[in-house]
Amino acid sequence: MMSDTNFDIVVVGSGPGGYVAAIRAAQLGMKAAVIEREHIGGICLNWGCIPTKALLRTADIFSLINHADQFGITVQGASVDLQKVVARSRQVAGQLSGGVQHLLKKNKVTVIDGHGKLAGSGKIEISKDGKVTSTVNAKHIILATGARARILPGMEPDGKLIWTYKEALVPDTMPKKLLVVGSGAIGIEFASFFNALGSDVTVVEVMDRVLPVEDAEISGMAEKSFKKLGMTIHKGTNVTDLKKSANNVTATFTDKKGKTSTDTFDRVILAVGIVGNVENIGLEGTKIKVDRTHVEVDEYSRTGEPGVYAIGDLTGPPWLAHKASHEGVICVEKIAGEKDVHPLNTANIPGCTYCHPQVASVGMTEEAAKKAGYDIKVGRFPFLGNGKAIALGEPEGLIKTIFDAKTGEMLGAHMIGAEVTELIQGYGIAKTLETTEIDLMHAVFPHPTLSEMMHESVLDAYGKAIHF
Amino acid sequence: MPITITMPALSPTMTEGTLANWQAKEGDSISSGDVLAEIETDKATMEVEAIDEGTLAKILIEGGTENVAVNTPIAVMLEDGEDASALDGFDVGGGAAPAASAPAAEEAAPIASAPTAAPTPAPAAPTVSGTRIFSSPLARRIAANAGLDLASIPGTGPRGRIVKADVEKAIASGGASAPAAVATPAAAPTPAAVTPPAAGDYMEIPLTSMRKTIARRLSEAKQTIPHFYLTVECELDNLLAMRKELNGRSDSYKISVNDFIIRASALALKQLPEANASWGGDKILQYKDIDISVAVAIEGGLITPVVRNADQKGLAGISNEMKELAGKAKDGKLMPEEYQGGCFSISNLGMFGIKEFSAVINPPQAAILAVGAGEPRPVVKDGALGMATVMSVTLSCDHRVIDGAMGAILLKHFKGYIQEPLTMML
Repeated sequence: MMSDTNFDIVVVGSGPGGYVAAIRAAQLGMKAAVIEREHIGGICLNWGCIPTKALLRTADIFSLINHADQFGITVQGASVDLQKVVARSRQVAGQLSGGVQHLLKKNKVTVIDGHGKLAGSGKIEISKDGKVTSTVNAKHIILATGARARILPGMEPDGKLIWTYKEALVPDTMPKKLLVVGSGAIGIEFASFFNALGSDVTVVEVMDRVLPVEDAEISGMAEKSFKKLGMTIHKGTNVTDLKKSANNVTATFTDKKGKTSTDTFDRVILAVGIVGNVENIGLEGTKIKVDRTHVEVDEYSRTGEPGVYAIGDLTGPPWLAHKASHEGVICVEKIAGEKDVHPLNTANIPGCTYCHPQVASVGMTEEAAKKAGYDIKVGRFPFLGNGKAIALGEPEGLIKTIFDAKTGEMLGAHMIGAEVTELIQGYGIAKTLETTEIDLMHAVFPHPTLSEMMHESVLDAYGKAIHF
Repeated sequence: MPITITMPALSPTMTEGTLANWQAKEGDSISSGDVLAEIETDKATMEVEAIDEGTLAKILIEGGTENVAVNTPIAVMLEDGEDASALDGFDVGGGAAPAASAPAAEEAAPIASAPTAAPTPAPAAPTVSGTRIFSSPLARRIAANAGLDLASIPGTGPRGRIVKADVEKAIASGGASAPAAVATPAAAPTPAAVTPPAAGDYMEIPLTSMRKTIARRLSEAKQTIPHFYLTVECELDNLLAMRKELNGRSDSYKISVNDFIIRASALALKQLPEANASWGGDKILQYKDIDISVAVAIEGGLITPVVRNADQKGLAGISNEMKELAGKAKDGKLMPEEYQGGCFSISNLGMFGIKEFSAVINPPQAAILAVGAGEPRPVVKDGALGMATVMSVTLSCDHRVIDGAMGAILLKHFKGYIQEPLTMML
């Protein structure tokens, strides 16, 4: 089935880390292969980032239609056809997966169908349906097997009443009453989607705020917005029991004080974190170290085993596709001996959550900056002060910037509101180039755009904001 | 002020070349690093890059012109914000310092440069004065806060850009990194900017690249080299008598006291080769040749042309060579090979009536001789008070290379040659 079994680089897993690494390797003249057991493009394209964005687009449009009157449009009888919504989401995922297949082909990357597993130095065994189909040799092996949803004992998903992201992406029915366990990016995006389409959504978060990795001020604003949109939020609360009946699930909540309550839901989505796919990839007996469910690597993605590398979700947080892609490129360029290869600075990796309102951030939260001992300057600019935001009918939101008072270094930026996921990269570039507040103040932001708020927030940190 | 672009010396031996063609046209806006023209030498065709930014105002030498002498003005650039009227009355030849915009000479800082014999550790950072130092705004801010000179910090960012981590590393290691493996002194950062006196009390004079180089290299020398000083008095009467006699014999030379000092220094170093050396970080570099650098004051600073193999040259040879070098230095026409290198320096302020002084070592050299005025002074000879023409010289030594006794022996040899100049003839 394969014409060749010897490669310079073999990548196990074709997600945004793996396929990018393979293409970059091919570009640098290496003979590259990628092994994929399921869908080219991995979770990101097929069961993560992309199909959820397709669903959330529907949610946004539906919300706009519901507020059409505000924009002078009379709409009657708008309704959601869930089947069509899901079909569009799958079509989008399929299209992009096909696109990646095309890119791999164009770059002459060999795609190997099956499950890859380390099988001794420089060897990978490939199996399909439990049967070994072949073995390939590679000078360099990059593990990019990704991660999966964390399962809490006693609350195993059944695919019918209790879902993970996978079932939630292809719902057969619109839950009337939905429980989302976990308010991280995955949980809150599904909560937003189903809430916008009419479900009665309850979100339970064990931490004391929603979107716990974000800046506390942003979390607080997000929570207010979610509640305003009709969600029920239980913070500092554990789901201690899920009792299934024929058609619904009764959840028991226990708050910090030990007070319990129960509620019944049609469906439950579990989004309580992810774990690395470290099993059954042949790590046993190698020098590769695993910390809980993540492979330990150095700054160039090298594991303890010579010639074996690991990138992306498999290596731990932040669990972001763009982090995986970047690691893949850095890893491959280092292998190829390229000049000017630098380790990834995680402080400069933006993170985006596509709930409504959107949330985006890069760098340290205010709390983290204080904890690290910085004397900080904080700038804030509300959407209410921005012409474009008002024209869009999106007056809710905030852009917050945090600077080191001593050096003017941008330590972090935090945004909530319309389209902020498209804005954050501006600060990402600023941070990567190590600009100071001066450079950001000197930069001209076009009018009228939401981006003007980025300028004003920086100005505000130094007491110079004009429009608020 | 308009900037004169001169014919660059693209190699140490180049005296003239062909201006093959212009890559930039009159009126073009020029950024630093843009290719202005192509120059052909007997060896190769090379590009002339712009060092300054501005507009190419006037091309003085057309493309295709052969035998264009080095340092001939070839074009004039206007700085940003200037218009053509700035050219009125502008003398292209006048203001042009030799190194103004020639790529080859540009690298060569006035007093700079390692002896050619010694493998100089290449600085990792873009340290060439006058060229842009690539650094992030944050790195610049942190360096300024800490009073560090960016030029001394190696960059590890994209394409060698100095980034925050580099500056933090430099701060953690106690200051800017000295050249090579030289032990870094305890943090003694120079203030980035000295607080100026009250407004109105001063005028600001922008730094020339020579001034920057002098500031950087001599600060580095005083901060990193453990100097000590030895002073000795030399009687000059024999030497003056001999000089008078020699100069009376021919008009083809006119030997100065300084020429004797150059030769005496070279012979003393030949007698004590251990002192003809440099600190090399993890080793000492002892030179095979004896090349004497002589400080020459020029407009806007100083430069140290080198008398090569001074131990092998006679007084007349040294004298004539020195005259030529000093003349070129004052005209700004020294070639890099004429002022780079050198093992030992002489700085003579005797002509100003300075009795004695201590000079700053010219790195990477390990010693410099500061020469005072020869003047009649009372001396005790055979128990009786008498008069003699006496000159005080002070040797500054790098203690890492030259210990007290070694320095003293070197001076003893030197004094022997000066006081018994006939021995210089041997």
